Amino acid sequence: MYRENIIEVENLVKKFGDFTANDNLCFEVKKSEIFGFLGANGAGKTTAIKILCGLLFPTSGKVMVAGYDVYKKRHEIRKNIGYMSQGFSLYEDLTVKENIEFYAGIYGLKRSEIKTRFEDLVQKLGIDELKNKFVRDLPLGWKQKIAFSVAIFHKPQIVFLDEPTSGVDPITRRQFWDLIYEAVESGITVFVTTHYLDEAEYCDRVCIMAEGRIDAIGTPDELKARFQSKNMDEVFVKIARGK
Amino acid sequence: MKRFSGFLLKEFLHIIRDTRTMLILFLIPIFQILIFGYVIKNEVKDAKIGIIDMSHDNVTEEITARLDAAVDFNVVREYRNYEEAESGFRANEIKAVVVFADNFANDLGKYRSADVQILLDASDPNLANLINSYISVILNKYSHEKIQTGTPALVSTEPRMWFNENLHSAYMFVPGTMALILMLITALMSSISIAREKENGTMEILLVSPLKPIQIILGKLTPYAVLSIVNVISILVIGNVVFGVPVNGSWVLLLLSSFLFILLALSLGLLVSTVVKTQQTAMFISILGLMLPTMLLSGFIFPIENMPVILQYLSYIVPAKYFLIIIKSIMLKGLGLDYIINEVLILISITVGLIALSVLKFKTRLE
Amino acid sequence: MAEIEINNLYKSYGDVKALDNVCLSVEKNGFCGLIGPDGAGKTTLMRVITSLLVPDSGEISIGGLDPIKEYKKLRLKLGYMPGKFSLYQDLSVEENLRFFAGVFGTSIKENYHLIKNIYSHIEPFKNRRAGKLSGGMKQKLALSCALIHKPEILILDEPTTGVDAVSRREFWEMLGEIRNYGITILVSTPYMEEAVLCDQVSLLFDGKVVESGTPKQIVERFSSTIFAVKTVNIPASLKVLRNMEDAKSVNSFGQNIHVVFNDGNHSVEQITNYLIKNNITDAKVSIINAGIEDCFIDYIIRQNKN
Repeated sequence: MYRENIIEVENLVKKFGDFTANDNLCFEVKKSEIFGFLGANGAGKTTAIKILCGLLFPTSGKVMVAGYDVYKKRHEIRKNIGYMSQGFSLYEDLTVKENIEFYAGIYGLKRSEIKTRFEDLVQKLGIDELKNKFVRDLPLGWKQKIAFSVAIFHKPQIVFLDEPTSGVDPITRRQFWDLIYEAVESGITVFVTTHYLDEAEYCDRVCIMAEGRIDAIGTPDELKARFQSKNMDEVFVKIARGK
Repeated sequence: MKRFSGFLLKEFLHIIRDTRTMLILFLIPIFQILIFGYVIKNEVKDAKIGIIDMSHDNVTEEITARLDAAVDFNVVREYRNYEEAESGFRANEIKAVVVFADNFANDLGKYRSADVQILLDASDPNLANLINSYISVILNKYSHEKIQTGTPALVSTEPRMWFNENLHSAYMFVPGTMALILMLITALMSSISIAREKENGTMEILLVSPLKPIQIILGKLTPYAVLSIVNVISILVIGNVVFGVPVNGSWVLLLLSSFLFILLALSLGLLVSTVVKTQQTAMFISILGLMLPTMLLSGFIFPIENMPVILQYLSYIVPAKYFLIIIKSIMLKGLGLDYIINEVLILISITVGLIALSVLKFKTRLE
Repeated sequence: MAEIEINNLYKSYGDVKALDNVCLSVEKNGFCGLIGPDGAGKTTLMRVITSLLVPDSGEISIGGLDPIKEYKKLRLKLGYMPGKFSLYQDLSVEENLRFFAGVFGTSIKENYHLIKNIYSHIEPFKNRRAGKLSGGMKQKLALSCALIHKPEILILDEPTTGVDAVSRREFWEMLGEIRNYGITILVSTPYMEEAVLCDQVSLLFDGKVVESGTPKQIVERFSSTIFAVKTVNIPASLKVLRNMEDAKSVNSFGQNIHVVFNDGNHSVEQITNYLIKNNITDAKVSIINAGIEDCFIDYIIRQNKN
């Protein structure tokens, strides 16, 4: 099955002074796939995501996101992506409804459109009692689910999720992945980073990073076959030991 | 002791390695004193004043000539009466009027005193106050000379600037800047540095270690006390070399009282740090609660006498107010401990109270 | 008495019950894992144990000492690594280590043998600032700092969060070595799969101890049958299986889906046929033993029902 590339990265280099955060990255992400970005803190994942979102300029290399060049069309890129950072992007002192209305407003959604989409969301998540509560009063799991819903509320082509599930309980973690699957079904491409190796299995393709470089890239099955491993955990260990 | 010295070493390393801290510690004090110095110095230069002379004798004319000759003043006009002077004020011709009473020279001879009145345009109370002080100084200087030559003295209305004979405004702001900088470095920096340990989670380890709370407190505060002393000395040296501000009284007394104020500021910083969790709140509270009162309510920038009554009462709890009185007395008037003993005692009691309070509030646990 | 002995411990912040009737017992030289998501009460429990927090009520004895009254003596025995990485980023590796040794009145030389295996990995970088170390190296340094004074009890709050899988594995190996020195270890983690590496674990959720025992005991207590369904199409299979009559929980576990039913009348064939009927033809169904995460999920589902 041929799918077009929605992200294309060639020879991406990002330096901060002497420090090379991204060292010659090459990869592409196909439309409506779940692309997993794996690696330790400090491996360069967040830097790469920030470049893809147009928050940082690359030092060199070609980066196309949703058909736009990150050097020239940052504005267009931002209209077509959603982003959920590690540190949550919800305002703790606003209610769920106010948060969503605010973000939807930023993306220029019409009031009637916001209303219908919000009602759909309330129904889908079953948050009728929560919608007028302050975000700070919500359990962590709900915050994460709502932050994700906010990130895709404007129906972007790609959503970037930076460690969305760290620290949540096993049920919420899986409910979160249910949301990811739904988003993919609706045609959104998901770019996700995680420390949970079981979650790597849920990705269509994964990219394993260390010290700014890509060590391996492929579908979980390909990687397991290549490294003769039973699971992603072993793949990881073999890559690290092989160096 | 080994534990403590290791702690001190670590604190100094933090300070030395943080460029921002180093800037605040060493460059800001110097810039601040230079900027304040030059800005304030120009304020009174060539202020236009008027004269009402009801006596027109040799004494009043000599004084008038001296006022005119002073760098800071320019005698632009003589008015015949108060009404004329008032219209002069309204037309913004003048900032002040010096009024000599009838029979000035005669009274001076007979009663060893004569009446001078200074009328001031108080729309700018600071400037008015400065001008008032400067005029008083010239009048007093004149009378001093007359005492030496055996002629009777005259009494001025407002002898505030009695000892600032060279009329340099730097004399007034060096003590103020010193109070401000000591507050900045000691209270602000120390509270931030303790809050930083809380933010990083290192405070948890320190609390769980065998270090006694008092060792943690002293370890955090000692470096700032040392650096503050360095700053006191550099401010005094800059004040002396660049602006010619003398230290007329005892250096020992001056340094001791500065150290007292440093202790006070440190205990304030400590108190702030016991109630805050983040560096941001520490900074916010320090600036709002400590720096602003030091600047605005201590008499440094705005004279306390010109404040609304409620602020005057408020100024009684601003430690910098007492510190300013103390160092002005030592530096400019050359007075000894017996003249400032009240202020010193007040500062000592505030310090002891604050230290006791913050040691009590310093938690050996997280809540 | 056990080295860590806690009975009926309660601690609330306002309306939130951070610890709700917690009991925990760890023998001397034991190796206990506290497993649970964020907000389960792991950090609060560790802070109570390290005498940083005073509980509302309950009995507690750490190393035979009362953390409320005898906290000064207790703190000499403890090694503690808080959750937020507690190193001075602006000090070098060696300066950090020397500082923490100094705080406890000892020196690097005196206890070097204790940390040798861990510290040797980072010693080549001893002049580098801690802020410039990689996650795995920071973690090794933090552990060295917590060990340098030869504590009797080592308390580690989520030492492996945010660290890559390989460093995580190495870290657990190091903890195993540390045990050889007779040190009692209490470690918390949100990663369920790390539970099996401990002698005993306590699962925490919403301030309560949900399960405790050896990892083996805990999984043996899980009475239902777990069917593992291996398929390439996880999202579609999840949907199909969740619609199955009587399904109690259907959750993805890596490349498998674990299915648990409310009653026992199900078989591998039945599930395979059901999936084929619903156009999922590649699925391989088998019966497997429960893992810690299965137990945890089961508890949460039971809770949500009540």
